[in-house]
Amino acid sequence: MIEIHGLTKSFERRVVLDRVDLDIAQGETLVVIGRSGCGKSVLLKHVLGLMEPDAGSVTIDGKRLDQLDRAQLYQLRMRCGVLFQGGALFDSMTVAENVGLGLSENTTKSKSEISDIVAERLAWVGLEGIGHRSTSELSGGMRKRAALARAIAMDPEIVLYDEPTTGLDPITAEGINDLIVNLRERLKVTAIAVTHDMNSAFKIGDRIAMLHNGQIIFDGSVDQARTSTDPILQQFIVGATTGPLEPL
Amino acid sequence: MVWRLLGVLPQFLSSIRLVVYQMLTMGVRSLPLIILTSVFTGAVSAWQAAYQFQNFVPMRYLGTAVGKAVVIELAPVLTALVVAGRVGASIAAELGTMRVTEQIDALEVMGIDPVRYLVMPRVVSGAVMLPVLVLFSDFIAIMGALVVAVVMVHLPATTFLNGVKLFFHMSDMYAGLFKAAIFGIIISLIGCYQGFQTRGGAEGVGRSTTGAVVIASVLILISDYLIATALFRV
Ligand SMILES: Nc1ncnc2c1ncn2[C@@H]1O[C@H](COP(=O)(O)OP(=O)(O)OP(=O)(O)O)[C@@H](O)[C@H]1O
Ligand SMILES: [Mg+2]
Repeated sequence: MIEIHGLTKSFERRVVLDRVDLDIAQGETLVVIGRSGCGKSVLLKHVLGLMEPDAGSVTIDGKRLDQLDRAQLYQLRMRCGVLFQGGALFDSMTVAENVGLGLSENTTKSKSEISDIVAERLAWVGLEGIGHRSTSELSGGMRKRAALARAIAMDPEIVLYDEPTTGLDPITAEGINDLIVNLRERLKVTAIAVTHDMNSAFKIGDRIAMLHNGQIIFDGSVDQARTSTDPILQQFIVGATTGPLEPL
Repeated sequence: MVWRLLGVLPQFLSSIRLVVYQMLTMGVRSLPLIILTSVFTGAVSAWQAAYQFQNFVPMRYLGTAVGKAVVIELAPVLTALVVAGRVGASIAAELGTMRVTEQIDALEVMGIDPVRYLVMPRVVSGAVMLPVLVLFSDFIAIMGALVVAVVMVHLPATTFLNGVKLFFHMSDMYAGLFKAAIFGIIISLIGCYQGFQTRGGAEGVGRSTTGAVVIASVLILISDYLIATALFRV
């Protein structure tokens, strides 16, 4: 479904991704973990063609992104939903307009159909009744959830989550985990989730991949990750300050 | 960006709501400042012309000189510079902020072309609104000149206005408005371009904003000269 092959990217000669290979099967959720600044968000940006790789390729449903023209790329993107790390809510719009923008621009649905879908998606993330508010009035956690509602508004087949539970209290975070699991199980969404939150990673993932120094140093099922003896992975999962990784 | 813009221009009817919204904000934002600059531009050009005229040129030609200068040069160029500072800067700041907070990326991944959604409405609105603002400016500047002519130079209002009408060619007016449309396109395009290529947080937005005003102002003055040499044969 999504094939990442030999993906390499550097910024000003600093290599951030170094020949990354990852395959995500249809209906599968892959969780990418790794330390802050290791290139997880950069990886996600390549999957939808927001950044161009220095080398390597991303293929979705057999189509290589770099061989698509703009119209085909937009066509493909409409089947995807993305939760950006910072939310990326449009600050000139209300929450409801944010969530409904994709529907009003890309579909022929009527205003009332759109507002029904928007209300439903806001309820899914626990934000019912705040559609009329401006995005600048929201707390950090509310912004994240509003952005998640926007990411899933168009019933995407593929969803990319960049730190879906960061900045949420443990109970809300658990609710979001459930939502992501639901999307995977009921709607058969294919997903890549980036997170530091190991509790969330084990819950929402079918598979876990760890990015370290630009390379995938572990790629396996959730159970394999739990029982792996890889010292870097184990240190990351436990959050220990002693081990191969320097804490700071 | 210009190519992509030309590609999406035919879709402008379907985005008419966005275009109209941009026109309103552009007009409303600039109008007070334009009224102010126009009054004083008209007033000072009347005063300076009168100063140059005394003892050489009959004062009944005062309106002619001021009218020509305002319609052909002063109103279009000064309005454009004011709008560059007001609207060009705010376009660059708005789009720059959208760039650094990934809102432009978010549009891209929603399958919404940011060139159609953000750039096209601003450029179309610049091309339409600047001539409208210049028409206002023409009128107000000539009124400002009239006040100076009547109150300070003690010229009868009809003499001044007859002077304005004397040798008044519609083609001068059209030339001024044509220039205004070009300036409007320059202001919006530069503002959008600067916004889109913003890097690096709030500081980057600041740089883009200043850049938008400076580059647009310089291009306005250069293109004014180029258009003048093309349209007015000596
Ligand atoms: N547009 C860019 N230009 C230059 N460098 C960039 C750019 N985007 C990211 N980087 C660099 O690439 C590296 C990886 O960034 P990225 O945002 O992918 O980290 P991350 O793994 O998502 O970290 P975090 O967990 O903190 O979000 C960082 O060192 C960052 O400075
Ligand atoms: Mg990140």
